[in-house]
Amino acid sequence: MAKEMLKGNVAIAEAALRAGLEAYFGYPITPQTELLEHLSKRMIELDRVFLQAESEVAAVNMVYGAASAGVRVMSSSSSPGVSLMQEGLSYIAGSEVPTVLVDIMRGGPGLGNILPSQGDYFQVTRSAGHGDYRPIVLAPASVQEAIDFTVMAFDLAEKYRHIVIVAADGQIGQMMEPAELPPMREVRKERPDWALTGAEGRDPNVITSIYLKGEEMEAFNLKIQEKLSEIRRSEPRWYEFQTEDLDMLVVGFGTAGRIAYTAVEMARERGMKVGLLRPQTLWPFPEERLSQLADEIESVLVVEMNAGQMLEDVRLAVGGQIPVGFYGRMGGVVPMPDEILEAIEGHYNRLTVRTVRT
Amino acid sequence: MQEELLFAGFGGQGVMFVGQLLAYAAMDQGYEVTWIPSYGPEMRGGTAHCYVVISDKPIGSPVVRNPKVAIAFNKPSYEKYEGLVAEGGLIAYNASLIETQGERKDIDQIAVPATSLADELGNLKLANIVMLGALLTVRPVLTLDAIREALDAHIPSHRRNLLPLNLQALDKGAAVVADRLAT
Repeated sequence: MAKEMLKGNVAIAEAALRAGLEAYFGYPITPQTELLEHLSKRMIELDRVFLQAESEVAAVNMVYGAASAGVRVMSSSSSPGVSLMQEGLSYIAGSEVPTVLVDIMRGGPGLGNILPSQGDYFQVTRSAGHGDYRPIVLAPASVQEAIDFTVMAFDLAEKYRHIVIVAADGQIGQMMEPAELPPMREVRKERPDWALTGAEGRDPNVITSIYLKGEEMEAFNLKIQEKLSEIRRSEPRWYEFQTEDLDMLVVGFGTAGRIAYTAVEMARERGMKVGLLRPQTLWPFPEERLSQLADEIESVLVVEMNAGQMLEDVRLAVGGQIPVGFYGRMGGVVPMPDEILEAIEGHYNRLTVRTVRT
Repeated sequence: MQEELLFAGFGGQGVMFVGQLLAYAAMDQGYEVTWIPSYGPEMRGGTAHCYVVISDKPIGSPVVRNPKVAIAFNKPSYEKYEGLVAEGGLIAYNASLIETQGERKDIDQIAVPATSLADELGNLKLANIVMLGALLTVRPVLTLDAIREALDAHIPSHRRNLLPLNLQALDKGAAVVADRLAT
């Protein structure tokens, strides 16, 4: 298929319906609204379900219901709206029903503003609701990745019966780039055998997140943990640039990672041995690869559009082997390549003794 | 090759559209391109801007601190962005609304009476296309033919009647700077 000029939000919406999205429930919020707007038109054209709920709380519970019926379903929102969904997400995780949520992140905390931010890293990677679990989190850095990760999100959600969050900052949602959409998939006709489809002629299925006995709850917890371990082993994804012949690594995701790419190019032109690791999955975090690279380099610089959230995962992966620096902008301010370059230079020059590796 | 352009003006002057048109043309010519709008709490009569980056390589940062080219459609935009243009770069400005001799001498200053020329064509909304015609004549980021083809390829069917007028606007913008370069 030929490339089209697509806005991130619209591209995600179109990719979702081409991936066989059957039902969408959501509530408008900038900078994500074009996603909902596009689906409000296209889902009706295709005779599928689009519903603008009365709130994010209602939307997430409608998603829970549809997912329990084995329907391919999603919602989307932006940071404060995702906060409102936390309870529902936890119930969904506790019920193991496949769900896709798109979070087009904006400045916070509180009502904050509508500008691009990565301040939801904790919110989406740590649990997205109460209880012991972590959603799978995909972080696109371009419109093409936004499309590809949206399609992948449905596949992963169904493979693991789990929540998959596509977390992009407002700039990815708002920007236009040439990108290729996937072909239209057939909408799935059959329902999974666990789904609530009416129990006529079979034993009833039960979908619940309540286990009153400690041992039963724990057994279920262990089952989720086993699933998460499998995801941790199989699903980390990342992008690398200039990671050969390396003294220092820059780690950044989404828009920050993309701008860091330009800063790394500039640093290389100035003779600094700098490379980039851009996590494409925020959970599972590509900790193994980062740990490998940490053995070979002298320091890491983390670049984010927040106060340093992924920084914690980088520190955990690096395990205190080498210094980890941080450069971040907040409040919806997008860092420019030259300021990241300056941070790279500052951090790089602090490595006073550059050891010759044998 | 990498070109970075900033388009800025009042909401309603077609700033976003002209940036998108250039982006579509760049895509059609096989370039990598990004288009980013300002999308704060904008209001009618306020200023709006967009960035377009065109490259023959994958584009890292879609934002630039010092664009090589700025196009200012109103005075506040000129005042805000003239100082940001990269050394040796260019600012094209709407001389119908901006009176200036240009503060900076290390960049090209291109005065285009875009609003007056659009008025001559009978539609003030064409000022953005007039400006694009002038810009690409002075600095051929893409050819005017690439813009003509992009207009033809991407104009929505219910706006197709406006195509000839847009092509005229493009030529008018090109002509006004061609005359100036000649004198």
